[in-house]
Amino acid sequence: MDLDLLLDGLSWALLLIGSAFAIVGGIGLLRMPDVYTRMHAASLTDTMAPMCILGGLMIQGGFTLVSAKLVIILLFLLFTSPVAAHALSAAALAQGHKPLLARPDGGMELKEVDMPLTEDAEPGK
Amino acid sequence: MVHAAGLGLSMYILWLLLSGHYVALLLSLGAISCAFIVWIMHRMDTIDHESFPLHMTPRGLGYFPWLVWEIVKSNWSVAKIILSPGLPISPTMVTVKATQRTDVGRVTYANSITLTPGTLSVHMEGDEIVVHGITRDGAESLKDGDMDRRVSRLEGFVR
Amino acid sequence: MMFAVATAAILVTMALALVRAWKGPSVWDRILAANMIGTKTVLLIAVFGFLTGRPEWGDIALAYALINFIGVIAVMKFFRYQGFNLPTVDPDERGDI
Repeated sequence: MDLDLLLDGLSWALLLIGSAFAIVGGIGLLRMPDVYTRMHAASLTDTMAPMCILGGLMIQGGFTLVSAKLVIILLFLLFTSPVAAHALSAAALAQGHKPLLARPDGGMELKEVDMPLTEDAEPGK
Repeated sequence: MVHAAGLGLSMYILWLLLSGHYVALLLSLGAISCAFIVWIMHRMDTIDHESFPLHMTPRGLGYFPWLVWEIVKSNWSVAKIILSPGLPISPTMVTVKATQRTDVGRVTYANSITLTPGTLSVHMEGDEIVVHGITRDGAESLKDGDMDRRVSRLEGFVR
Repeated sequence: MMFAVATAAILVTMALALVRAWKGPSVWDRILAANMIGTKTVLLIAVFGFLTGRPEWGDIALAYALINFIGVIAVMKFFRYQGFNLPTVDPDERGDI
């Protein structure tokens, strides 16, 4: 009985933490100034939120097939989200979308980045 | 041969987990389809240490908890940046060296960089990874190569 | 109760991402927001299954995760090369998504 209460509290906490991180990531997606920085905010909701929310669900599901499927979903998300993020940033850079980079004096500016990648994006036309 | 057997076994375990019905017909159907896929992959000659990195499994069990802890820490710092009113970001691009010897190791390293919020691997050329960091400190801290060393250790010795 | 809170939080996050997809400004922002909505949908299906007492919905969430990943990669490829018929077979292009 006591253990049940403890596990319930733990899954409550995990679900709340995951929800909080998801919303913070959403706020970051709106506040950040350009695509590349927004991607960092999105990776917040791609890593922490699934880990915590699916972790909380696993505690609720107990030691069953349902939890095993949740583990598979979590692993799949953790393996694919960096691939999608890398592909998105590489594609944006290859199309010549300039990143906003910090200047040494503290301001920020759009900068051209020299990348061998920019040539192979050319033949697309 | 070890790789083919391991691949077939792990696919069969996945089948068992996903199906949830343990009757003779479905079990044998699963075994047949797993064997069929292993046979196709054998014909395509794609079963090797790259498609099924068996050699990483034991060390990976030690690496993933560390990676999860890194993810939690950097999540916390990025969440603080997002919620602070002044938005104290200083986006920077740095180039870091990947010292891994195989492609699997380098991909693992680049994906680990992307998976931790605050750093994002944008491009890879040879053994150099171009990383976009949300703060200058975060991007520069990759250059100590702690994660790099851990991934290299994970890779161990191949062939 | 706790599943309802998590569902509400996920819906709020999806709404925020939807605002970003609406405002743009570039196509990459929109793809990023769409990707985020897709990831959140996977979580939403899983949590909603528990909320309605049918945790078997995890199967649907798994299938959705697979489709979402493939879809995002396909859309990205389309916008990067302005079409699907470009350099996939060229050996120099291998390893570049």
